[in-house]
Amino acid sequence: MDAVLIQLLNGLDKGAAYALIALGLTLVFGTLGVVNFAHGALFLIGAFCAVTFQKIVTISKKVLDPNITYFDAYIEQPYLEIWFGETGLAVIDYAVPLSLFLAVPVMLLVGLAMERGLIQFFYKRTHAEQILVTFGLAIVLQEIIRHFFGANPIPTPAPDIVSGSAPIGLWIGLGESFVYPWWRLIYLSSSIVIISSVFAFLNMTTFGMVVRAGMANRQMVGFLGINIERKFTIIFALAAVVAGVAGVMYAPILPPDYHLGMDFLVISFVIVVVGGMGSLRGAVAAGFLLGVLQSLAAMTAVNALLPGISQIVIYLVAVIVLLTRPRGLMGRKGVMDE
Amino acid sequence: MMMNIFSKKSAPRLMLFFAIGVLTMPIWLDPVGANYPDLLQKFAIFGIFAIGYNILFGLTGYLSFGHAVFLGVGSYSAVWSFKLLTMNVIPAIIFSIIMAGLIAAAIGYVSLRRSGIYFSILTLAFAQMFYNLAYSVLTPITNGETGLQLTMHDPRIIDNALSRTVETGLPSTDFFGISMNGYSGFYFCAVMLIIAFYIYLKIFSSPFGMKLKGIKSNQKRMKYIGSDTRPYLIAAFVISGMFAGLAGSLMAVTDPLAGAERMQWTASGEVILMTILGGVGTLFGPLLGVGIIKYLENIFSAVNDSVLHSFYSFLPQWGENLLVTITAPFVGEGWHLTLGLLFMLTVIFLPGGVMEGFQKIKLYFQNRNKPDKSNNSSEESSNV
Amino acid sequence: MKHDSNQFKVTRRQALKTGAAVSVAPLMFSKGVWAANNYTNNPGYKSTVTLGFNVPQTGAYADEGMDELRAYKLAVKHLNGEGDGGLMNTMKPMNLKGNGILGKKVKYVTGDTQTKSDAARASAKRMIEKDGVIMFSGGSSSGVAIAVQGLAQELGVVFMAGLTHSNDTTGKDKRRYGFRHFFNAKMSGSALGPVLKDEMGTDRKAYHLTADYTWGWTQEQSIQETTEGLGWETTAKVRTPVGAGDFSQFITPVLNSGADVLILNHYGKDMINSLTQAVQFGLRDKNVGGKNFEIIVPLYSRLMAQGAGDNLKGILGTANWDWQLQDEGTKAFVRSFGKEYGFPPSMAAQTCYVQALLYANACENAGTFYPPEVIKQLEGFEFDGMGNGPTEYRAEDHQCFKNVLVVRGNQNPTSSYDLLDIVKEVPRADVEYDASIFGGELGPYIV
Repeated sequence: MDAVLIQLLNGLDKGAAYALIALGLTLVFGTLGVVNFAHGALFLIGAFCAVTFQKIVTISKKVLDPNITYFDAYIEQPYLEIWFGETGLAVIDYAVPLSLFLAVPVMLLVGLAMERGLIQFFYKRTHAEQILVTFGLAIVLQEIIRHFFGANPIPTPAPDIVSGSAPIGLWIGLGESFVYPWWRLIYLSSSIVIISSVFAFLNMTTFGMVVRAGMANRQMVGFLGINIERKFTIIFALAAVVAGVAGVMYAPILPPDYHLGMDFLVISFVIVVVGGMGSLRGAVAAGFLLGVLQSLAAMTAVNALLPGISQIVIYLVAVIVLLTRPRGLMGRKGVMDE
Repeated sequence: MMMNIFSKKSAPRLMLFFAIGVLTMPIWLDPVGANYPDLLQKFAIFGIFAIGYNILFGLTGYLSFGHAVFLGVGSYSAVWSFKLLTMNVIPAIIFSIIMAGLIAAAIGYVSLRRSGIYFSILTLAFAQMFYNLAYSVLTPITNGETGLQLTMHDPRIIDNALSRTVETGLPSTDFFGISMNGYSGFYFCAVMLIIAFYIYLKIFSSPFGMKLKGIKSNQKRMKYIGSDTRPYLIAAFVISGMFAGLAGSLMAVTDPLAGAERMQWTASGEVILMTILGGVGTLFGPLLGVGIIKYLENIFSAVNDSVLHSFYSFLPQWGENLLVTITAPFVGEGWHLTLGLLFMLTVIFLPGGVMEGFQKIKLYFQNRNKPDKSNNSSEESSNV
Repeated sequence: MKHDSNQFKVTRRQALKTGAAVSVAPLMFSKGVWAANNYTNNPGYKSTVTLGFNVPQTGAYADEGMDELRAYKLAVKHLNGEGDGGLMNTMKPMNLKGNGILGKKVKYVTGDTQTKSDAARASAKRMIEKDGVIMFSGGSSSGVAIAVQGLAQELGVVFMAGLTHSNDTTGKDKRRYGFRHFFNAKMSGSALGPVLKDEMGTDRKAYHLTADYTWGWTQEQSIQETTEGLGWETTAKVRTPVGAGDFSQFITPVLNSGADVLILNHYGKDMINSLTQAVQFGLRDKNVGGKNFEIIVPLYSRLMAQGAGDNLKGILGTANWDWQLQDEGTKAFVRSFGKEYGFPPSMAAQTCYVQALLYANACENAGTFYPPEVIKQLEGFEFDGMGNGPTEYRAEDHQCFKNVLVVRGNQNPTSSYDLLDIVKEVPRADVEYDASIFGGELGPYIV
């Protein structure tokens, strides 16, 4: 029982990552009608905002290491530590959460630049061409990251205080072997907060109402004299911010490298399609569903029964859903129909 | 433009030029440093892969993200044929094409129930399943990450029956006694490319090909006029899968090892890049794309700082250093960056690929010569 | 002439090759007729000789690859008589003269294996066919090493393996043209056994997470043999895909499995990720039936220790070599490498540097680049002063035998590179095994 529960929690945690990326992807598709293969790259840029921030706060003075006599080796001492002592060290420790202050404006700018600079010219071109040009952009962005940060993953640890794990089992009376890392719990809950606020924004503000109306019938909203283009630009930037924040928060879980975006891209695309193109709720539901399935499939008992299932479960489910429910789980009629 | 290529009179001439062009590659590619067997073989093999892909994507507009599976299946089948039957390449190639065709029929039958992006995602999902299984559960067949290799104790039933055994060491693949290493391997692949190109040419100009083009331009209309498009689509999918299977088997012929990486979705992405870059739907575009990408991958990626320094050595020291600094990110490890940029520029400005670029240049010169006919010919160009 | 016996013996394949060469004669450099000259990429009368360094510059093992490349560049410098000479001051017996190899200046080309067999073979083929290398070297993944070793045998070019730890490399997939200086999983198991017994007792339950390819499988098998020999139980053996990134869904089942030892058969970036996540899941603070939960990483390096940070402190494993060894060879190499790059070399770097020197020395001993003669020089070659004590290249399987280190993540590092404690230097005799246990055949000298 514990084993299933913890696997379920792990699945939700994975699902949260998928859902966050898929949410932005489907938001852009639903509003702008653009299939954005560079969305994974936005996640990547977010993660590297955390890396960059960490690099900035740990800019170090090089001191000759007296312990190594064979050659000149250096110990690095961060300037922040030299100047501010304990406070400086605390800033370094909290680099990942603090980097959100860098990531949000950066992602906003990146999103605006991408939409104005490239995406807007592809509104009227075919989906295939949109996929291709954004695929090219994704390659370019990841190669730029690689040029500056190298090919290796860069450890970006969470603050010390949350580096251990939470004794969930003790809280709910299931024994002490049921533990879960603090940072993953934080990740899961902040994902839920972000997802809810996106929904709240779209459902409760006038802006959101117009956007939803635009998703349902773009022409009509245009006829009403509303500048829907401007709004869509903002939506694109918003999607970029969501992906970027997801990237920042994910950095302590998996040391980011330049390939992170591509790794998530394929899976998040599958999720969007399974959820139903253009359906926000579908994307979130499918994200959590596939996360949980993937996690459960990795259990030893399941694997003994169906060898290899943990490797393919996501794709298998995608095939089944697409063949039985042509519009995905929650797709609406008229969106991306054949 | 297109039509006169297909006219009965010029088709044989076209084939002749094509064959000569392919077979003399070692000569005309020598000045650019691309004349070595491995790269020449890759040109021919990926040429087959790309023209096969063009039959599906170029003609019908169906964007498959899983074509690398057939490449992988072809390779594995060929290596198994070497291991179990004979080192002769002919049974291996036949076996590979059949296996790739069968798998393509199965995947195509399911995936072609949907179109558009759903079709793309379905093929992608199948490809990822094959790839992940090849790495894990199917290890007895694929030998996982190490890749399937020949061993000295392979049964090789036919070879042993004919006592065509090698005294020592691993046998090499052969075509009735001609070893498939080095240049002979290239010539074999080149002949295969020429045959494949001939079939491809026939398909382009056949009524079947016309039907496929009809699907691309308007599937609904085809349905309204009572034409069931599905059998044609499945046929196109299987044929293009078999081309990929042939390419995969040739990869094994020239280097008898099959690895799962060649089935990954990025490998499918590569053939899409090649086709688009050269010019999707055009006769020669995919081949051009193959040439550009494989050349970049093999030659550009090996350029390093010292090569750049000698390249710019005619400049003063500061100029040399400046240019090296500017160019360095685009070569060597950075060749992917060049590729990505090239690809984006192509999709943005030349959706028809390099072929469209050629067409535009040609028109530009034609128009300069005969300014009065300019309107006419620019309209024509959009149809190419 | 040295190779009388070979002179007129032309194998079928050679005949084929010559035939192919003749048919495209204008396109290829002309080959000699005599066997001793008629070998791939004979440098002939050229004043230079080219070596190929084929390492992972991208992918899960890129860190190691970049360090290997640094070592190769240093080796080339030393071979050409530049720099301080490094291990050429301590190696014995040695025939190197500091004027290149056999008087020819050493040049090199590099390639990226991307940690993939396909890409590695393509890159190796380019080196052999286009750049004309006489020997190539590199590694960091056993899958890749085995794949390119096969190619080396087919094309008749010597391959000096870099970092590869699978038993198969010099076991069932061994090749006449492939040589490995690095130790292997079997030796790790033998070295680790007694230490595990001392520290963790004989009543333990082990849970394996294993990278799903040749190296992972053989290491899992070797460690399992060792631990079961101590009386441990094996609870589960779970295979994980290479480059999985997030290993959490494989780690959570460990919590409730009843196991009290987690054995991570992962390497490079994968190991950094899986270990970090295992520690995040509280495995190190866990207590199972009164026993402290332990994590073992049978193979790890200082580079990985840098990536894993604090998580690796106190964790047991084995290493081929460490820069803090106190013998003359190690000191000379670390000094030389540190001067050049400002930090100490990794064990991957050491193995690659040594391999380059060993090959060059074998050519000097043979007096020719003709591979069969060079191979015969390497087979059974005994040497010392390269950092691992007296070492032998066993002729039967081309595996080097030397002392193996059992290491532990340093709890209190005194410097930024002092990340590993050497727990024990296990003597060569304790890790030796019979060459026949893994099967396999080396194959012929002349291909």
